[in-house]
Amino acid sequence: MAGSTLASPTVSAAPEGIGATERASSGIETWRRFRRHRLAVASTVVLGLMLLAVALGPLLWQVPINDIDFAAHLEGPSWNHPFGTDDLGQDLLARMLYGGRISLAVGLAAMLVAIVVGTAIGAVAGMAHGSIDAALMWLTDLFLSLPPLPLLLLIIYLFREPLTQLVGPELGTFILVVAVIGGFRWMQVARLVRAQFLSLREKEFVEAARALGMSSLRMVMRHILPNSLGPIIVAGTIDVAAAIIAESTLSFLGLGFPPDIPTWGRILFDAKDYLDIAPHWALFPGMAIFLAVLAINFIGDGLRDALDPRTSA
Amino acid sequence: MAGFDPAIHAINTDWAGAKEDADHRVKPGDDDFEWEQSPALRPNCETGESRSVSRYLLRRLLIAIPSLLGISVVLFAVLALAPGDPFGELATNPNVPPEVGMALRAKFGLDDPIMLRYCRWLAAMLHGDWGFSFVSRVDVDTLILQRLAATLLVIGSSQVLALLIALPVGIYSAVRPYSIFDQVANLLAFVGFSLPTFFTGLLFILLFSIYLDWLPFVFRADIAATGWHWYWEQFKQSVMPVAVLGLLQGASWTRYVRSSVLEVIRLDYVTTARAKGLPERIVVIKHVVRNALIPVVTLVALQMPALFGGAIVTEQIFRIPGIGSLLISSILANDTPVIMAVTFVFACLVILFNLLADILYGWLDPRIAYR
Repeated sequence: MAGSTLASPTVSAAPEGIGATERASSGIETWRRFRRHRLAVASTVVLGLMLLAVALGPLLWQVPINDIDFAAHLEGPSWNHPFGTDDLGQDLLARMLYGGRISLAVGLAAMLVAIVVGTAIGAVAGMAHGSIDAALMWLTDLFLSLPPLPLLLLIIYLFREPLTQLVGPELGTFILVVAVIGGFRWMQVARLVRAQFLSLREKEFVEAARALGMSSLRMVMRHILPNSLGPIIVAGTIDVAAAIIAESTLSFLGLGFPPDIPTWGRILFDAKDYLDIAPHWALFPGMAIFLAVLAINFIGDGLRDALDPRTSA
Repeated sequence: MAGFDPAIHAINTDWAGAKEDADHRVKPGDDDFEWEQSPALRPNCETGESRSVSRYLLRRLLIAIPSLLGISVVLFAVLALAPGDPFGELATNPNVPPEVGMALRAKFGLDDPIMLRYCRWLAAMLHGDWGFSFVSRVDVDTLILQRLAATLLVIGSSQVLALLIALPVGIYSAVRPYSIFDQVANLLAFVGFSLPTFFTGLLFILLFSIYLDWLPFVFRADIAATGWHWYWEQFKQSVMPVAVLGLLQGASWTRYVRSSVLEVIRLDYVTTARAKGLPERIVVIKHVVRNALIPVVTLVALQMPALFGGAIVTEQIFRIPGIGSLLISSILANDTPVIMAVTFVFACLVILFNLLADILYGWLDPRIAYR
């Protein structure tokens, strides 16, 4: 194994078997601690129900999202339209179930982008010494002092048209929004990962691995990164909430998804001029965004309690 | 974004993140700060003190310059990388002959190498020549100056409101941790920073303007009134936007204050202060809070960029004539010079507030010598 950068499958199979049982027992311990945070558990249930609703809802509630019916426009909640209708008489429940898929998918995808970029930059900065570390941290600080929303708006304004022509309006906006939101959220992760790496790389077990001749890449992948997962998971959870808010904000300003893709923020944008006659139109999507974000924030809090060794006493 | 960052910081305050941020700014042996063990070592004569303060400020200003340059590079790179062309409309406009279009391109040097264009753009920005708005034919800097006051007023008042909420609530929660008050405050704080500004704004309009009809929901720059009446009207129309931003900030600050006070209140010197018989109120206010506020200042400064996001949304909802709504309207109108300039102004404001945070450190923590 000495000096090898890529482990062969046979070599890595045995340690992983041991690692799996260890991880399982620590997983049970984490779950036991997570369960003590009642709001986090309740939030997990709420978020699970929301995910289930947007995943299966459109299959059960088969009302078309763009069925225009002027006879029923701006109606409040009723049996025919549980969430009411909008100014074109389109069913709001169907639109929200469909749009929720995109709102939540944007949140998850943008979180993944932020985590991958942040972990990569933080890991390189944490392992490298001297000028590379300093340069990467300067970049991180620079990004932290950039105002995200104006730049998001600027980038979307400049790049939306060409990308839309390239891959279509729906996918184009999705890629752009995810990339841009993720691209402005990696800094916190990068700093956490670097801080973890700086302390972990001096620990005895890493020293031992180094003495055995393990390559840096393997050391990072097998020893350092798995041990710094806790803060990454928590930051990632909260990033999902922040990304959902970011996407809704863009859509609310009329600069996110096009009108035929009713994300929750977009529905609010359309509803805001009818607040006096049809408040339900704004309240349902607003509550959906709020509930999703609140649930994710509570889950993040619960995970922090469960994963932070300092609170385990 | 509306509540873009608050959550991550508010939840992460207990992680190494907060500590690391604080260490990053105030670290023993750092170039900019020096921790001095004994107060006797500090230069205490008046003139020396004030001179070192101004020198410290100068240093911080010099440190801000690379950040500003970096921001300008990012901005210019975004614009240069964009596939569109600011003169694209001229080329497709049938009323403009192609020769004129070419001449304009040559005049503005759009075909020059990118480094040259960046230097020219930067030089123009530094000269205060920010171009003119494509839409309203007004110089960009006058357009921004007209609207900056409204933005700063709303942001400033909301910060004061947030402080008025966060300090008492956060301190009281930390003094009685896990009490009913603490739990309710914690729950409300989570609700507060999970509510996006655009939704809070709409809820406020729905409640206070439509159902109760107490407050106007459109912000007017030209109130036809004088004297006290003017101030009253101004107050009435500012209540909702300031409350939207202030509650969001206050919610996340409350958590920072709470966790920071909790860390400090366990320290030995606090026990000493109690042991020598000081009343609890004095211990908390004079001994605990001042030290606890140092990491809070870091987190608040880090959150500034996100606050501007919330301010943009708030201005858009209440139609406040500030630079945030200017940004949105110029994006919708493809008004590139205004978009660039407003984004740059927001970036400068972030750096300005970071500078203010650095000055606050020195005031909160005398161990940080101004050097």
